[in-house]
Amino acid sequence: MLLVVEQFLNGLQFGLLLFLLAAGLTLVFGIMDLVNLAHGSLYMMGAYFAATFAAWTGSFLLGALMALGATLVLGIVLEMSALRHLYGRDHLDHVLATFGLILFFNEAVRLIWGPAGLALPLPAWLTVPVPILPGIHYPAYRLAIIVVALLVALLLYLGVMRTRIGMLIRAGASNREMIGALGINIKLLYTLVFGLGAALAGLAGLMQAPILTVQIGMGENILILAFVIIVIGGIGSIRGAFLAAIFVGMIDTLGRAFLPNLLRQVLSGAAASTAAPALSSMLIYLLMAIVLVVRPEGLFPANRR
Amino acid sequence: MKALSVSKAVSALMLAGLVLLPLYSQLSGNVFILTLFTRIVILALAAASLNLIMGFGGMMSFGHAAYLGIGGYAVGMLAQEGVGSGWIQFPVALAASAIYALVIGALSLRTRGVYFIMITLAFAQMAYYVASGLARYGGDDGLTVYKRSDFSGLINLSDRTQFYYLCLACLFGVMLLIWRIVNSRFGLVVQGLRSNEQRMQAIGFPAKRYQLVCFVISGTMCGLAGALLANNTDFVSPAVMYWTRSGDLMVMVILGGMGTLFGPVMGAVVFLLLEEFLSQITEYWALIMGPLLLLIVLFGRGGIMGVLGRAGRG
Repeated sequence: MLLVVEQFLNGLQFGLLLFLLAAGLTLVFGIMDLVNLAHGSLYMMGAYFAATFAAWTGSFLLGALMALGATLVLGIVLEMSALRHLYGRDHLDHVLATFGLILFFNEAVRLIWGPAGLALPLPAWLTVPVPILPGIHYPAYRLAIIVVALLVALLLYLGVMRTRIGMLIRAGASNREMIGALGINIKLLYTLVFGLGAALAGLAGLMQAPILTVQIGMGENILILAFVIIVIGGIGSIRGAFLAAIFVGMIDTLGRAFLPNLLRQVLSGAAASTAAPALSSMLIYLLMAIVLVVRPEGLFPANRR
Repeated sequence: MKALSVSKAVSALMLAGLVLLPLYSQLSGNVFILTLFTRIVILALAAASLNLIMGFGGMMSFGHAAYLGIGGYAVGMLAQEGVGSGWIQFPVALAASAIYALVIGALSLRTRGVYFIMITLAFAQMAYYVASGLARYGGDDGLTVYKRSDFSGLINLSDRTQFYYLCLACLFGVMLLIWRIVNSRFGLVVQGLRSNEQRMQAIGFPAKRYQLVCFVISGTMCGLAGALLANNTDFVSPAVMYWTRSGDLMVMVILGGMGTLFGPVMGAVVFLLLEEFLSQITEYWALIMGPLLLLIVLFGRGGIMGVLGRAGRG
């Protein structure tokens, strides 16, 4: 029981984290039609910024806030200097150019911070276990991630659905030429959206940093997961990204936790212990393959192109 | 006419250079360059096979490195089980790649555009995790191939020069085949499907079937590259299939010029030489390589072949 609740919450936490990453990706894709492989690099930069600023200021929260600002600025600079010129080009051009950016960021990080990973220690008040149900404790920090990510998701939803900027964003997603023709400064809107996506990726990175080590290439595996999510959810759909992210986070976490035991019931011990890790890593890709075969446009296609 | 001649002249020079390379290596005593170019030729073969579906067929596969792994693991696993004969290893490698391509292709071709890019990526990642889980064959750490494929005395793969020429012969064979395919009726249909699938279907061509056959041919060719690569490095590991490797192959194709016969080979040569050259200047070679790729995308449309074509036109 304890394990089930704990793993369930871990799955939720991981899923929400993935949502932060996938939301930026799907916004950028839905609105600018840009495939941004370098999104994972922004996630990595968020983690590195947080580790550095937290060490400078001696405060986790202050460091996190500064890192958030720094990734926002980095995203805006990146958009204005490089990615802006890729809009309207072939998707393949996007893949190639942003692949180049990944190389650049990984190497820049190696140059600045060195090849060894960093650690982002948590303040004492975030490490205590919190009782969530009678007799069941859960780490405060992971709980904090869930709360923050849910808040951000809510803000994002309200921002996109209820504000003027959000309305422009949605309009931009459904018909780019039209909103330009209506006199909206589309360039500025694009830069803002990209900056927002970068900040979300940075937030995901800095929140994940204390749980894992901050290291080069940390953005790449999770980037693929984020792509899986937006493909499952339907590209350009925030709602789809949210549901798919929770789903993928759960499946991945629960699969890793319980699949070995399940397999042991049907297979011999040795076969199960070799098959389980591979199978649980494959699970989400399998899921994506099934979804795409059944619904080639994802579960919640945002708009027909 | 002149436009054609510049890119043709450069391509011919490059091919002549590849043929004469062992001679240079022998004369200068530079053994390393032969090893480097063996790798380049093998990856050029992989890039050429990717170009068949990407450049001519319009199918953007982001999981092509999977075949490198499948071909490699076929050789490595058979060697491990005591089957050292290349006459068995290579056909098995090709057949395994073909079957994988058939399954993946049949599923992936239901989608299009970015979804196709992503689903091929997902399948390659699955293959990567399967390989990581093969505890009997090294798992994450990879599998050492202690003995290279044995072609019953016909050719000795442990001899650098002979192995190089085998790889080069495979590359030329595959390029010849691609050239024949592209100019055949089948190839024209596939290229027609790239330009306008609806129209081709309206004429009465079964689009998916043509694309699937093309996809399988390409995968099989890349499986051959995988089998050669395992022999070259005497080692195969899941890392061969990692998604960045698929990215590398894509970069080679686009860098050289998509949809041209010689482009991918040129792209592979330039990309890997650049990587080698930059890594000798500085440990942080990717710091230069990354922005360089960005610049190539922004300003060098059509890759090297495109630039050469424009240079010819003046």
